[in-house]
Amino acid sequence: MSRLENQKALEGCRKKLQKQRDPKRPVISLCAGSGCGAYGTDEVKDALEKEISQNGLKGKVEVKVTGCHGFCEKGPIMVIHPEGTFYSQVKAEDVPEIVDETFVKKELVERLLYKDPVSKQRVAKEADVPFYSHQYRLIFGNNGLIDPTNIDDYIAMDGYSALAAALFNMSPEEIIDTIKKSGLRGRGGGGFPTGVKWDSCRKAHEEPKYVMCNADEGDPGAYMDRSLLEGNPHSVLEGMIIGAYAIGSNEGFIYVRNEYPLAVKNIDIAIKQAEDYGLLGKNILGSGFDFKIKISRGGGAFVCGESSALMRSLAGKVGRPRAKYIHTVEKGYRDLPSTLNNVETWANVPLIINKGADFYSSIGTEKSKGTKIFSLVGKVKNTGLVEVPMGTSLRTIIYDIGGGILKNKKFKAVQTGGPSGGCVPEQLLDLPVDFEKLTQAGAMMGSGGMIVMDQDNCMVDVARYFLEFLQEESCGQCVPCREGITRLFEILTNICAGEGKDGDIELLEELANTVHNLSLCALGGTAANPVLTTLLYFKDEYLDHIYDKKCRAGVCKGLFYYEIDEEKCNGCHVCFRKCPQEAVSGEKKEPHTIDQEKCIHCTICYESCKFDAIVIK
Amino acid sequence: MAVTQKALPLTEEPLDSEFLDGVLQKNEYDTENVIMILQDITARYNYLPEVTLTYVARKLNIPISHIFSVATFYKAFSLTPRGKYIINVCTGTACHVRGAEKIKETIEGRLHIHEGETTEDLMFTLDTVRCLGCCALGPVITVNEKSHGGLDRKKTASLIEQYEKDS
Repeated sequence: MSRLENQKALEGCRKKLQKQRDPKRPVISLCAGSGCGAYGTDEVKDALEKEISQNGLKGKVEVKVTGCHGFCEKGPIMVIHPEGTFYSQVKAEDVPEIVDETFVKKELVERLLYKDPVSKQRVAKEADVPFYSHQYRLIFGNNGLIDPTNIDDYIAMDGYSALAAALFNMSPEEIIDTIKKSGLRGRGGGGFPTGVKWDSCRKAHEEPKYVMCNADEGDPGAYMDRSLLEGNPHSVLEGMIIGAYAIGSNEGFIYVRNEYPLAVKNIDIAIKQAEDYGLLGKNILGSGFDFKIKISRGGGAFVCGESSALMRSLAGKVGRPRAKYIHTVEKGYRDLPSTLNNVETWANVPLIINKGADFYSSIGTEKSKGTKIFSLVGKVKNTGLVEVPMGTSLRTIIYDIGGGILKNKKFKAVQTGGPSGGCVPEQLLDLPVDFEKLTQAGAMMGSGGMIVMDQDNCMVDVARYFLEFLQEESCGQCVPCREGITRLFEILTNICAGEGKDGDIELLEELANTVHNLSLCALGGTAANPVLTTLLYFKDEYLDHIYDKKCRAGVCKGLFYYEIDEEKCNGCHVCFRKCPQEAVSGEKKEPHTIDQEKCIHCTICYESCKFDAIVIK
Repeated sequence: MAVTQKALPLTEEPLDSEFLDGVLQKNEYDTENVIMILQDITARYNYLPEVTLTYVARKLNIPISHIFSVATFYKAFSLTPRGKYIINVCTGTACHVRGAEKIKETIEGRLHIHEGETTEDLMFTLDTVRCLGCCALGPVITVNEKSHGGLDRKKTASLIEQYEKDS
């Protein structure tokens, strides 16, 4: 493909690509995101290619290896277009049957269709699977239709049309105005209005200016940014180029976690292809606008997700944040004006330019517009990436889309916003999720991680877990964060070990407030959230640990023991066989008992009992 | 940042200046690319041999203290040799609530090393990582580049055994 010299050439190229594509031609879209990849997409792909050529279907059926489809729980996922037939948990052994039934007999492979857990009915089409049917996939939907390593796929689906519109039909001020009116807010955590940020950077006096994409996705349990970069990298690039043109920048960076090798690879390919097409580099589409993007791989430090720390890290230094009163839009990377937005924020930009600010701002709540991608993980049946309009209730996300709690256990809390977020309890399940509502509940949006917890999760242990994380990740330069978090972590560790004492709760609250008020950056500023929200909603669990030395969830060792409920135990002998300590005794078909002296509380018997006969005391 | 590395005797790596010059050239001899230079060195040696750091500092004309500050700040770097197989137990929140701690304990028990340590035969290093972004597979570990998901104690033990056999 030769370089596209102008807007007309781009449109010509798009028409040609669309014409070449027969909408009736069968396409097998195979998810190769990191989740499905680990389940064995490669083997399925090899089997498909072999089977297709053996059946003489080569050239008639296309196999498209795509990025993440979102329904990671059921991987590897396969969707056969144009019908939209959805097969899940496909193995290489299933491939001959799939090819034979679909293309020779024109039938469905019933056993590989999704089975609705409620109605027990098989669902044939992707769009009818409840996990997808309750979503509104504006940003993430194209992932399943695009081969991320082929720019033609993106262009054929109207890709780079927003860039052309921005370059040729809009002034930079008009673009910024559109973004402001759309109500788009930063998807990385803070929720700062994107248009306002761009405007300040455009108006900053110094030159040159820089544009950056924050792909240092550090919140544990959040992986939507990685999936976007892996599955639809051009949407992020297009957003960045439009942003750079609006701000007046000719140089950009993508700061991406080194732990995401596939994302690095796909974005690298995307940059090279965009350069070859003249959509990136010098004189983009003949407009006279130059912009280049460089990839920078992070070194693995959570704090580098903070803007000023990220910019120092980009400059090859230690990533320590600085005080917020110096704005990075005026003095950022190399002390020059810099605009940093998150991956998902950038991916929203082409959509807003194409569909207009009015369309975008019609979705969502009063102050939070558009859709948001959440990663729904933990003790939920349908783990995966979920895109819904802002303002969707937690209940819809967890129960309608997520399918409810694993093994039908009892819901306890959902943790949102990563380590800086908080735990939202059952009584707030009907909370419409937006920036304001989550903050009011003591949690925060963060980058969109949602970790579901059930009765077997101890909330004191969860708080301890996050403080341990933050203690390790604190950069150590300011005392409230470095010392405060360490002391909070110590107190929580003691409580979990059964050494909590009177006054600990008050001390936790006092310390939490100090860390919150006096820390230099947002890492410390929000570090106390896990402690404060668990204290607010689950104080009884703290009291149990401190005064009764009990952990009702059966997590904190030494604060619980297992007993066998004689009425429920039918003597199936499974725990007897599995116990590594030989602590279980009893005859077959007779109720068993546990020798407390020998038991090490390893949880093996508890997890293996199918009759709920092993109880936590 | 917590440093939990067991002190191992420093090994004498011979200086491979041809390799290092290549790395520096690829990164345009730019001080801003120090992190990526150290990543490239790590990709070859599994750790950062001291001799390579002094060489890089001299070639880039920056103080060795700057290189050390970067090398000790970021989790991706180690100043001591690491094993042929680097096991990373994901301790992200989703894996944590699904029992990552048990997986770590199983590996620790089997290899007789703790987090951050390397076996004496330099075969295995055990580390933790905060979220690999394949939460549906949790609890999950990676051994070098390969991910293994849906683990429990038993599966973990047989997985490690498999790697011991292959080594």
